[in-house]
Amino acid sequence: MAKVIFTPNVQRHIECPEAEAAGQTVREVLDKVFAENPQARSYVLDDQSALRKHMTIFVDGRMIRDRARLSDSVGEASRIYVFQALSGG
Amino acid sequence: MSDKLLVSTRKGLFTVSRKAREWEIAAVDFLGDNVTLTLSDRRDGTHYAALDHGHFGVKLHRSTATGWEEIPTPVYPPKPEGYEEFDFWGRPLNWSTARIWALAAGGADEPGVIWCGTLPGGLFRSKDRGQSWEMMRSLWDHPLRKKWNGGGADLPGIHSICVDPRNSKRVWVGVSTGGIWFTEDAGASWSLRGDGMRAEYAPPEQTHDPIAQDVHCLVQCPAAPRRMWVQHHNGIFVSSDEGKAFSEITGVEPSTFGFAVVVHPRDPDTAWFVPEIKDEKRIPRAGKLVVTRTRDGGKSFDVLTKGLPQSHAYDIVYRHALALDEAGERLAFGSTTGGLWVSENRGDSWECVSHTLPPVYAVRFAG
Repeated sequence: MAKVIFTPNVQRHIECPEAEAAGQTVREVLDKVFAENPQARSYVLDDQSALRKHMTIFVDGRMIRDRARLSDSVGEASRIYVFQALSGG
Repeated sequence: MSDKLLVSTRKGLFTVSRKAREWEIAAVDFLGDNVTLTLSDRRDGTHYAALDHGHFGVKLHRSTATGWEEIPTPVYPPKPEGYEEFDFWGRPLNWSTARIWALAAGGADEPGVIWCGTLPGGLFRSKDRGQSWEMMRSLWDHPLRKKWNGGGADLPGIHSICVDPRNSKRVWVGVSTGGIWFTEDAGASWSLRGDGMRAEYAPPEQTHDPIAQDVHCLVQCPAAPRRMWVQHHNGIFVSSDEGKAFSEITGVEPSTFGFAVVVHPRDPDTAWFVPEIKDEKRIPRAGKLVVTRTRDGGKSFDVLTKGLPQSHAYDIVYRHALALDEAGERLAFGSTTGGLWVSENRGDSWECVSHTLPPVYAVRFAG
């Protein structure tokens, strides 16, 4: 199962503990995590379920490429970091 | 008369209360966060606060007996597969709430109804105090909506919502930039209003096109709803027929440029503005911060200065940052440079509550 770690900065607004979920893509993993923590979803994804403009996701140290569909693949033991992008200021 | 103000700032929501004779900051909520707008719903005493967390998006909070709770933010519908739409600059337009730019209570006969205007142009209605939201697809899907442009922001947005006190099904919204839109069937259908406004920034063939009008703020007199006032990008306009036709008010010193307007609740001829040097400078003329007031429907204006800084003032007052209480006696406004002033005599004189607040985005009297 992949492990998902959220930026500490979001914890001030909403509790986002580390979570584990199975899935072949970032989308599949995050959908499962947000099913358990639905209020956190809108802090990371926009209305079209794309990654928010000033957020970024790294899978095993590599920034994802597909910010709209989150189709980047995820391994059995991947670590997914959901971070703020510096572009947000 | 109201003794309480909700002041939305870049770094928190300040509650300012009248104590004995002076106005003081009584509470700070969401300290450090960007609070962009509030609504104080006089029907049930609930307050709503819109926050913009930047990275984490736009959020809405509602007051409780002990504090605040987060409630759902209006959500745009899924963009149809394969459909693409582009903004004024040719960039893909994201169907996602980029800012909450208007919050208004529904009519007295429809408790719990809240209207919400957003960037990039979606209008939403809640029937359950913000617990769920319905997008007004009739307006979003209107073919002319795609002619809306960015004005006050890169994206077009709805900043003003007026619910007819005589009939809650009748609603006007102001769009920057996209003119004034009106429904008389609770949002089932919409039509464009605002003949007579003039856009001096548009090419000649579009100057008088109602959809080209950059309405900065639209208000309606509660006791005389046929009267509407507009602070427009290049002037002040007034209507006496529910926004069908407007007349331009000219020759007002020091300027007719500004963002905010409020109208007296019982006297449709009395309205207040905060003028700036238009449009490329956007600072008070000669460094003097003033409020202008008409009491005769725009024929003449008083320039109100008592208690306001008259030297090296560079305060800008945004469209939601000028407020009038329900009695029509007390005014307040906040500025981009952190000033907050209150008047208890219809603007004749002003008291500075603070000049060290974070940038002020909105000021509202609370019930």
